[in-house]
Amino acid sequence: MQSVSARPNTYRAGPDEEGYFGLYGGRYVAETLMPLILAVEKAYSQAKADPSFQAELDYYLRDYVGRPSPLYFAEPMTRHYGGAKIYFKRDELNHTGAHKINNCLGQALVARRMGKTRIIAETGAGQHGVATATVAARFGMSCTIYMGEIDIARQKPNVFRMKLLGAEVKPVSSGSRTLKDAMNEALRAWVSDVEDTFYIIGTVAGPHPYPAMVRDFQSVIGKEAREQMQEREGRLPDTLVAAIGGGSNAMGLFHPFLDEDAVRMIGVEAGGGGVETGRHAASIIGGRPGVLHGNRTYLLQDDDGQITEAHSISAGLDYPGIGPEHSWLHDQGRVEFVSVTDTEALDAFQLCTRLEGIIPALEPSHALAHVGKIAGDLPKDHLLLMNLCGRGDKDIFAVAERLGFDI
Amino acid sequence: MSRIARRFAKLSAEGRAGLVTFITAGDPDLSVSAEILAGLPKAGADLIELGMPFSDPMADGPSIEAAGHRALKAGTTLRRVLAMAAGFRKGDTETPLILMGYFNPIYSYGVERFAVDAVSAGVDGVIVVDLPPEVDAELRVPAVVAGLEVIRLATPTTDSVRLPRVLDGAGGFLYYVAIAGVTGTKRAAIGDIAAAVARLKASTALPIAVGFGIRDPESAAAVARYADASVVGSAIVDRIAHGLDETGKPGPALIGDVLSFVASLAAGVRGARVQAAQ
Ligand SMILES: Cc1ncc(COP(=O)(O)O)c(C=O)c1O
Repeated sequence: MQSVSARPNTYRAGPDEEGYFGLYGGRYVAETLMPLILAVEKAYSQAKADPSFQAELDYYLRDYVGRPSPLYFAEPMTRHYGGAKIYFKRDELNHTGAHKINNCLGQALVARRMGKTRIIAETGAGQHGVATATVAARFGMSCTIYMGEIDIARQKPNVFRMKLLGAEVKPVSSGSRTLKDAMNEALRAWVSDVEDTFYIIGTVAGPHPYPAMVRDFQSVIGKEAREQMQEREGRLPDTLVAAIGGGSNAMGLFHPFLDEDAVRMIGVEAGGGGVETGRHAASIIGGRPGVLHGNRTYLLQDDDGQITEAHSISAGLDYPGIGPEHSWLHDQGRVEFVSVTDTEALDAFQLCTRLEGIIPALEPSHALAHVGKIAGDLPKDHLLLMNLCGRGDKDIFAVAERLGFDI
Repeated sequence: MSRIARRFAKLSAEGRAGLVTFITAGDPDLSVSAEILAGLPKAGADLIELGMPFSDPMADGPSIEAAGHRALKAGTTLRRVLAMAAGFRKGDTETPLILMGYFNPIYSYGVERFAVDAVSAGVDGVIVVDLPPEVDAELRVPAVVAGLEVIRLATPTTDSVRLPRVLDGAGGFLYYVAIAGVTGTKRAAIGDIAAAVARLKASTALPIAVGFGIRDPESAAAVARYADASVVGSAIVDRIAHGLDETGKPGPALIGDVLSFVASLAAGVRGARVQAAQ
């Protein structure tokens, strides 16, 4: 008897026409939003097929964002762990300090093609909010950012940055007052202003076409890294590691490599106080499939299907869900998911700062902590590539508080 | 004939529109909520929507969101909502009962099991806000098998291209959401509602219920002149919130106050066409 293989010939074909990656994804939104989402899908597929759109995007990515971001051999860290050769993809050097701008630029150009004049977005760490406010300023669109009250308190520099950029920052006081609630509020605002507004979702989640669209815009990370590694080492990397909030920086790095069987991929979820304590943000490791924010995916939820609060020192990872494509890749066994605690991430944050002279954001500090766990046991010719997707300037106040400094 | 169809036939025979009332199950707690529910038909509710609370009600405004959080805090679960429905049905065999909420609790409960258990609890229909026609087959198919009607929503953004898709497979009645927005925020102009109802009537034989933004007997009556039913939610839920003391406990007047408000809405709806004819 022939065995039935679950392995598809390609991992890069999804989503299907209705926006599904296997079981995951879809368009679970109120009827009021449906026509808008269909319009975004249409505008995006037209843009994708238009060479002038890609040319315009490339222009801004190069001259405005500063791409390509360097591939950096982290020699001190490599020496420190004494195993695999550690490389950083330096998306923290982008304009505005994280990978978020790659996606915001793309979506702002789609919004402009649709004739929209107003941009809204949710934000957790404030990086997506800053990137959105930045492109809104650049393209002369008005901008409102929804942000949970807890995140406003722990990401003050970014709140001020958004205001300087001309955005209105609307504090969200419902629920856990973090990223999930900011997303609820942004969806409500969108329903209430359907004519002029474009919603720039900041990660590979939400209703179709967002997970695919955001992935496509972030894939510039993996495409560049592939070429750069080829140039530098004459071959592909062996292992990719990236932090997972909603999963956009990870998907951007992973997607161009998905069909390379030899490349191992690890997504690092936020373990908060430890997954066993229940206070964490590890949706795959500590959750199960459900429906929220327009898509079916792994979610943190109780026995009754109520969404539970996520907990992480990193505001950008403090989300009870994950993009649907990750859920599918998890079920397929193509990407491994692990978790790292707040404390481990803080240690990695400090180590990287001291050894490399690079202050990483708390989000990639999670990825870095996992690199620290595996690098020493890997052979010296193993190429370990981590996505350094954001810089830590925004986090210094939160870190100071945690370490007991008064600044 | 289903209980919903029977009720609309009766309303039509009486030459009037119906009043649909919404409360969240378990708000402010399970026993007070059950008492309000039991009192609604006598107060004049012709159909009842019972909200299944959800932690993240993306299509609702602050009033109904707060009601859901009160209910969850009081220990409401989907299982308990179904038990409450069954309790209601023991005392009332004629008033249609429709569950309204979001998909995740149903998905978590098990969709087929939900459909079967809802029907055996005496529930007639279900409205799931985040299941547009494109994705509702996963609920609609087991619901149809179990005998549960899936009610679809049309909105001001549902254009003529999209409307056939919304109507294809729609059961019970069509719920027209009068505003582009969340519950309990804006109000629609009555002229726009009249035009929308006329447009929908031209495409479907289903009764049309209109909701979102109806807050008092006057606006309920105004809508009742054109639609087959007026739906009131946030304004009733606000009455519940108003009847709570500083610690969030229900005061002694709460139930009576909510039901007399419903009675005033019912009087508005019942008088609407008579008044219009004079
Ligand atoms: C620097 C940085 N990395 C990662 C994330 C998490 O998002 P994602 O998983 O979509 O990359 C954020 C979110 O704010 C961020 O600011």
